Amino acid sequence: MSSVDRNAMLTIAVIFPDLLGTYGDGGNGLVLARRASWRGMDTELIQADSGRPLPTADLYCIGGGEDGPQVRAAEALRADRSFGRAMEQGSVVLGVCAGYQLLGHSFPDRDGRPHDGLGVLDVTTAKGGGPRAVGELLASVTADAPRLPSGRLLPLLTGFENHSARTTLGQDAKAVARVVRGVGNGAGDRTEGAWSDRVLGTYLHGPVLARNPALADLLLGWALATPGSAPVALEPLDDRDQEELRGERLASVGRTRPALLIRRRGGRR
Amino acid sequence: MIVDSRSDRQVLPVRAAVAAEAVTMSNRLSRALGRGSGTVVGGRIGLAIDPRLLVTLAEGRRVALVTGTNGKTTTTRMLATALAASEGLLVVSNHTGANMPAGHVAAMVGSTREVPAVLEVDEGYLGRVMADTGPRTVVLLNLSRDQLDRISEVRMLADRWREALGSPGRTTAGGSPPAVVANADDPMVVYAASAAAGVHWVGAGQAWRNDAVGCPSCGGRIVFDDTGRKGPDGANGADGADGAIGADGADPADGADGSDPADGAQAGQGGHGGHGGWSCERCGLSRPRCVAWVDGSVLALADGSRYSLDIGLPGQFNRSNAAMAAVAAALTEGEGAQDGLGWSRGVSRAVDHIARVREVAGRFSHVSRRGRAVRLLLAKNPAGWTAIFDLLDEGGQTCEPVVLSVNARIADGLDTSWLWDVPFERLAGRVALATGDRRLDLAVRLRYAGVECTVVADPVAAIDRAIDCTQQTAPHAAIDFLGNYTAFADMRSRL
Repeated sequence: MSSVDRNAMLTIAVIFPDLLGTYGDGGNGLVLARRASWRGMDTELIQADSGRPLPTADLYCIGGGEDGPQVRAAEALRADRSFGRAMEQGSVVLGVCAGYQLLGHSFPDRDGRPHDGLGVLDVTTAKGGGPRAVGELLASVTADAPRLPSGRLLPLLTGFENHSARTTLGQDAKAVARVVRGVGNGAGDRTEGAWSDRVLGTYLHGPVLARNPALADLLLGWALATPGSAPVALEPLDDRDQEELRGERLASVGRTRPALLIRRRGGRR
Repeated sequence: MIVDSRSDRQVLPVRAAVAAEAVTMSNRLSRALGRGSGTVVGGRIGLAIDPRLLVTLAEGRRVALVTGTNGKTTTTRMLATALAASEGLLVVSNHTGANMPAGHVAAMVGSTREVPAVLEVDEGYLGRVMADTGPRTVVLLNLSRDQLDRISEVRMLADRWREALGSPGRTTAGGSPPAVVANADDPMVVYAASAAAGVHWVGAGQAWRNDAVGCPSCGGRIVFDDTGRKGPDGANGADGADGAIGADGADPADGADGSDPADGAQAGQGGHGGHGGWSCERCGLSRPRCVAWVDGSVLALADGSRYSLDIGLPGQFNRSNAAMAAVAAALTEGEGAQDGLGWSRGVSRAVDHIARVREVAGRFSHVSRRGRAVRLLLAKNPAGWTAIFDLLDEGGQTCEPVVLSVNARIADGLDTSWLWDVPFERLAGRVALATGDRRLDLAVRLRYAGVECTVVADPVAAIDRAIDCTQQTAPHAAIDFLGNYTAFADMRSRL
């Protein structure tokens, strides 16, 4: 578990792709696994479907999904003690959208009724009043954001958001980024995402790690480091195709009229 | 044949007549200006003049509606072809794929109410179009994720279908509730359709299951049992090696792998025709008993008759579409021969007519470029791409280069995350080119899928590059072009 021994097997689990695999976020697991194996690490990628015990992993990814399956996933994870144990042992967790919301204290169902989350991230999500936030999301990391092994900040975060709830950060969670374009957490503070220790949540689809490989490497660096210590620095990869994609996406944000119109029509929250 | 009848006009109320004339005029104008077929523009103008125009046009007319995430356009064409051929009648249809009320209006304007209408319906419009047209037949193909930024999530759509199908009394047109032809292999469809009164369940198959694991009825877990459900082409369940969600412990089916279709009636029929196939662990929602089902390349009916689905369109998913269309044709025909020998004969006749469809709105068509055949294939969402990959595998030739083109315009959905749900890993070993507006997203996805690709900005140039790349290695290999909605339309207009 989460050892610094780079000869040990690195295990990455995508939690409940059968329930929370609606928005392509399963790709995050693939990105992590490939980037580890391209660096010569023994890597195992597990698609951990619901209905059976959660496997032990160094790094968990939870993706976005529909309201009903989100409630089911939270119930199943609360009932399965292995997730809590993994947290105690310092496993790294990436939650996206519905997966981000259920890492918090509570999240709403379709009718706005709150459901208990896992409480591993100090955030609370409630039904949003405004229109659904749909479109390209661009955010620049804040000074509070997790640092790269070099001590530097992550580059701009890019992705696509598609959600209606709003997420409020508690004292123990820090924002990952400040929204440049889009809605993000949507609670009025212009923040996007939240993190504490080795748990990070975001509204970015894309998948987020395909669009932001530096974040992928940071999560891998956490998983390879002992809990509490700085992330392990990884040798760089040839990411020219991803850099090109990032460049194109960042340039496009000024052009994504339709998404902006959707948001403007309903006014700001 | 499908012909827009313009000769004998329907006698309409004044307002509707003015509106109908406006539709005809604006369509003619739009065509003259070279702005496409103009069906949507004309329909919109007509509906603006008379909001009840769809109701008026459908009144007293036999209407069949076809909806679902994938296969709508093809199944609509098949059903229209079968109806027209077996009755020697004109049939009107929105065959350009304009599948919202404006397109429906444009399809029916100018024809009398004796002319049946076969209408493709956008998934989100089923309730409204049912209410307005009082259809005789409703065909429900499948429901899976598609354009999540624009269209509702799958379960919301299933709920809306269920509401529409459960209250046929609301139809403006009145009359008896429609005969519903529904795919028993898709739990989302079954949940929605089981609210309807008269459902004719067809085991049409559904290779894509990733949206149906959570029961749409109770949220429980749906378990698929593939025992005995593997027809000759049923490789889907075993193909879990891709990056998407792996199949559950693949169950080697007994000898039923299609070696002897004639014996299929004993071998796998428990799963095909009867119950089984899938069920919810919690509430017991399960695959209903079918009146017809696809058994490999055969359409089997509950009365024991079997008809070859040796059709002109490629791919197992088109045999599924043909099965749905054939059953629907038999139910829509004449006075509606509902059951028994007449029905079986009607299905058989429909299959024969459907077999002759070779191309639908350019899909599956072959064009020639620099002496090489280019096959144009449309794939809009993960389920669609997966089905097209099955089709490529059926060809069995991995030397065929593929040109993949992805856009993310309004009609495609603006978010390309779905690319990561498509098992591109299955293309490994082929010469692959990435093109379209979002070729860079595609290139990153392919890199992580272990598929080497060349990025070419212009789609036609990408086809030329594919020809060049294989001029030495496979000079006779056809080029397969796979594009999502607008990428496909662009290519079709340019080749």
